[in-house]
Amino acid sequence: MAKLYEYQSKKLLHDAGIRIPQGGLAGTPEEARELAEALGKPVVLKIQTWVTGRAALGGIQFAETPEEAEEKARGLLGLKVKAYVIDRILVEEKLAIRAEYFAGLVMDDARKVPLLVFSSTGGSGVEEIARHSPDKIVTIPIDVRTGLREFETRDLAHKAGLTGPIQLQVADVLVRLYKAARTVEARSAEVNPLVLAEDGNIYAADCHLVVDDYAVHRHPELGIEIAREFDRPPTVLEKIAYKVEEKDHRGTFYFLEMAENRAESGPVEGAGADADEILIGFHGAGGGGSMMSMDAVQAKGFKTANYCDTSGNPPASKVYRAAKIILSQPGLRGYFASGSGVASQEQYNSARGLVKAFIEEGLEIPAVIRLGGNCEEEAIRILAAYLKRIPGRVEGYGRDDLPEFCAGRMEELIRESGGARHAVGNIPPPAPPEGCYGFDTLTGRVSFNHDRCRKCVSKACVGACTPGILKVENDLPVLAVSPEDARRGKCTECLACEIQCRFHERAAIFIELPIPGLEAYRKSL
Amino acid sequence: MSILVDERSRVIIQGITGREGMARTRLMKEYGTNVVGGVTPGRGGQEVEGVPVFDSVEEAREKTGPVDISVIFVPAALVRDAALEALAADVKLLVLVPDRVPIYDVLEIARTAEDKGARFVGPNTLGLLSPGKAVLGMIGGRAERAREWFLRGPVGVSSRSGGMTSSIAYYLSKAGIGLSTIVHVGGDPIIGTSHPEVMALFQDDPETKLAVMFGEIGTTQEERVADLIQSGRFTKPLIAYIGGKAAKSGTRFSHAGAIVEGGRGSYETKVQRLREAGAHVVDAIADIPKKAAELLATATEA
Repeated sequence: MAKLYEYQSKKLLHDAGIRIPQGGLAGTPEEARELAEALGKPVVLKIQTWVTGRAALGGIQFAETPEEAEEKARGLLGLKVKAYVIDRILVEEKLAIRAEYFAGLVMDDARKVPLLVFSSTGGSGVEEIARHSPDKIVTIPIDVRTGLREFETRDLAHKAGLTGPIQLQVADVLVRLYKAARTVEARSAEVNPLVLAEDGNIYAADCHLVVDDYAVHRHPELGIEIAREFDRPPTVLEKIAYKVEEKDHRGTFYFLEMAENRAESGPVEGAGADADEILIGFHGAGGGGSMMSMDAVQAKGFKTANYCDTSGNPPASKVYRAAKIILSQPGLRGYFASGSGVASQEQYNSARGLVKAFIEEGLEIPAVIRLGGNCEEEAIRILAAYLKRIPGRVEGYGRDDLPEFCAGRMEELIRESGGARHAVGNIPPPAPPEGCYGFDTLTGRVSFNHDRCRKCVSKACVGACTPGILKVENDLPVLAVSPEDARRGKCTECLACEIQCRFHERAAIFIELPIPGLEAYRKSL
Repeated sequence: MSILVDERSRVIIQGITGREGMARTRLMKEYGTNVVGGVTPGRGGQEVEGVPVFDSVEEAREKTGPVDISVIFVPAALVRDAALEALAADVKLLVLVPDRVPIYDVLEIARTAEDKGARFVGPNTLGLLSPGKAVLGMIGGRAERAREWFLRGPVGVSSRSGGMTSSIAYYLSKAGIGLSTIVHVGGDPIIGTSHPEVMALFQDDPETKLAVMFGEIGTTQEERVADLIQSGRFTKPLIAYIGGKAAKSGTRFSHAGAIVEGGRGSYETKVQRLREAGAHVVDAIADIPKKAAELLATATEA
């Protein structure tokens, strides 16, 4: 759910032919005064945020004069709402209100239709009205193939008790509201209040549109940064994570910092043995399994620093990047990975991604990895074989070990770890020699130090390569397909060659999987 | 018996020549699904896993005979067109596997399916499986796992999470309790066949003696199942497990539907409504096989 700000939503309504109050956006108190001066009448100042209930927060103020507007704006700009600082306010003419209505669009999951909702009583109490007098609310299902037609909204306005020219005006606005919402593929829309002003016109005095995440790519004009639901702007780390997902549609990757945890628990220094203070890096797989696993971790009294989900058969490279991003959060005491337990995806991919990340990080905290499902035996074997030498203890589990048991193991290992906390270092992965042989992949680059390969007898990388795109030529491993094909996805970034070479041969293979912005972020901590 | 699919159902695969399409055609064929053809526009005449590929659904129907089900593996942006094509060719059950299908595309498919008297499962679904008979989609990943994990028996499973569909079915089978059909209804806010519709099918299936439902926060599906029970339209015992206790408002746990909107669809309301209706709500996955064994024993005595 990509939420739009009030000023963005109103612009879209305006484009669809709906009247909105005159005004503009101010980033400074001076701009607010100038806008008020230009309007030449009393104004309303409204903070621009996704949080609802702005009036109760003091985020909506009125001013009679430009000077008062400047003064009120000074108080609003910089206001802190849920750890987010207000940097923009909308300055608009204050409407002379004759009546307030409510208009909205919601998805009816039972009937599988969009539902237009209208109430002849609007304003801040509309939720109460919906609860106590549902008969005041009228709705109409919309056929997405024909759209909403004027006779339907006229009928709706009539049922809501509107008569005369107001009925026709409202009907017209409702048709335009649906058109605006449909054009940007909004999952929901809300105009509250829809105002009948003393001048006899209907205005959208407020508006919030939520665009369908899955359709955001069809609407670059909206400039949506992250096509995901947040009630606050995304954090730097979330933006970094989103870039990974945006460019790589193999499997899914979702990352969310549970910022309220940080805000509530404050600095973790000197927390002692209190379980409330123990932060866990959480790495789930699949929505339902992740929720179940997170419930199990939290039931042990741990706090999850983040929520993360890699599923839908992601390549090892994506799981690697997810782990690196999770481990960019300082102060973690443990790493917990668990999905449903009976995944259909090939679990060795996830195992290899974690191995590469944990080794690069020199992971010093314990990790419990539950990779149950398809090929879990191979996945658990990979974890056990290659993560023996890192400082943190890593345990791998499968489908027959339930999340509650694994959360118990996490508790035990953290107790044994003697309070180790994850320090976010900036250890760059070992770099390949300049100008060495290599090829690009969909999201990275594979390089070979052929000087080392000459000394390798087994050429085990060729056998390890799952898609079979390597071959031996002149006693050296090289691509068996064109570089173009490798780059377009023949190389699945399974990481098998690098791991095989590092642990069984000469450590001659380097797979670079850049995560733009991560290094700078880590330095900024 | 089973619901929606069995070994006789004639199945085609749209997007059969893609990465997932090819891999899962093999799963379906090896498990025993009666795959009669595949469709990829412009690739007619090829073969995938011994299955003939056609240019269109209409052509597949002309050359192979009646088509009961189409499983769709095309990229999300092309799902709408592929689904409308299958509906136009009078296919009565579609399984929309892809994730990220835009909501207005789903709404249009739903409206057209309603006109055609057809049904669809998904989008964003792993599919469904009737043990020992057929699998649609990608449940199990590989045929040998699917055979090993899922036994045939009296329990119907409906889940909003793909992973939980498999894990609930696996833990039941491991406890010696078999399954009639397991359905991943899909994780999106608007889906073709939601929990109450699956429950109605289980109600009419003589093989199903007990149903298990995995619900999540968001949407009204679980509340509507409670309505079905209270109005006497679902009378078999139901075990419900609801995920998302830890979720806070505004946290989206991957599934677009898993959001808390103004109290409706919250964890607490779902659990409360289901309990009032007489469903057995459990708190941990380990309790599902235990409760199932107990309920099945009572059912046999009675």
